[in-house]
Amino acid sequence: MVPTTYYIGLSTILFTIGTMGVLLRRNAIVMFLSIELMLNAANLAFVAFARQLASIDGQVIVFFVMTVAAAEAAVGLAIIIAVFRHRRTINTDELRLLRW
Amino acid sequence: MSYPLFFVLAALSIISAAGVVLTRHPVRSAMCLVVTLFLLAVVFVFLDADFVAALQVVVYAGAILVVFLFVIMLLNLERDEPETHSQRRTFTGLTVTCLLALALLYLLRQSGTVLPGPGMNTAVPPGFGSIEAVGLRLFTHYLLQFEITGLLMLAGVIGAVVLAKRKVS
Repeated sequence: MVPTTYYIGLSTILFTIGTMGVLLRRNAIVMFLSIELMLNAANLAFVAFARQLASIDGQVIVFFVMTVAAAEAAVGLAIIIAVFRHRRTINTDELRLLRW
Repeated sequence: MSYPLFFVLAALSIISAAGVVLTRHPVRSAMCLVVTLFLLAVVFVFLDADFVAALQVVVYAGAILVVFLFVIMLLNLERDEPETHSQRRTFTGLTVTCLLALALLYLLRQSGTVLPGPGMNTAVPPGFGSIEAVGLRLFTHYLLQFEITGLLMLAGVIGAVVLAKRKVS
C-alpha cells in the first residue's frame, strides 16, 4: 500500500503547479482554471487524510469545497464576462485601474 | 493502491496539470484540467472515496468545467493571448512558487513518519465513503453547514445573473 505521505506529496506538487499558473499566466480564465487545480489538490489531501484517519469527515469537507468551487466559478466567470464586455480583454495586465 | 499504479497516475496527473498552466490555448487548458480531474477521481476510488469520486466526475468535470468552456467559447478567445512577458513578473512568480514548494516539501518531510490514525494498511469499515456514509454524516453532524451551503449557492446564482445581465453603459 502506498503510504499517505505519497498522496500528500502529489497534492503538494499539484498545488504548486496551480500556484504557478495563477502567478505566471495573464489570462483570467486560465488563472481561474489554476485555482480549480489548487482546490483539487486540497481535496486530494482531504481524501487521503480521511483514509488515513478512517474518518468520513474529510470526504464531507470535500463536498463543501466542491460547493464553494462551483459558486466561485459561477460568480467569477460572470465577472469575467462583465469585464470583457467593458474592456474587450481579459488580460490581467491591461486591467490596471486599481494598480499603483 | 500498488506503487506502480500510483506512480503512473501521479505522473499522468502532474503532466496534465502542467498542461493546464503551460498551453497557450484556453480550451486546451480546460481539457487538460478535465484529464487531471478524471485521474484524481481514479485516485479517490483507490482511497475508498467512491461518492467523492463520482462527485468529482459529475460535478467538477461535468458541470463546472462545462461552464468554463461555455465562457471561453462565448468570449471567443480562440486566438493566442498576446502574453506581455515582463521578466520581472516571471521572475517574481517563479521565486514565490519555488519558495512555496520548498516550504511545503519541508513540512512534508517534517511530518512524514508521525501521521496519526490507523493508516492505509488497516481495512476501513464496510460502506466507508459510500453515499450512505457521507450523507449520514452530512445531514446529522454537518447539517447547519449544509444549509449554509445552500445559501451560498443561492448567493452565487443571484450574483452570476446580476453580473452577467448588466447592460453595457
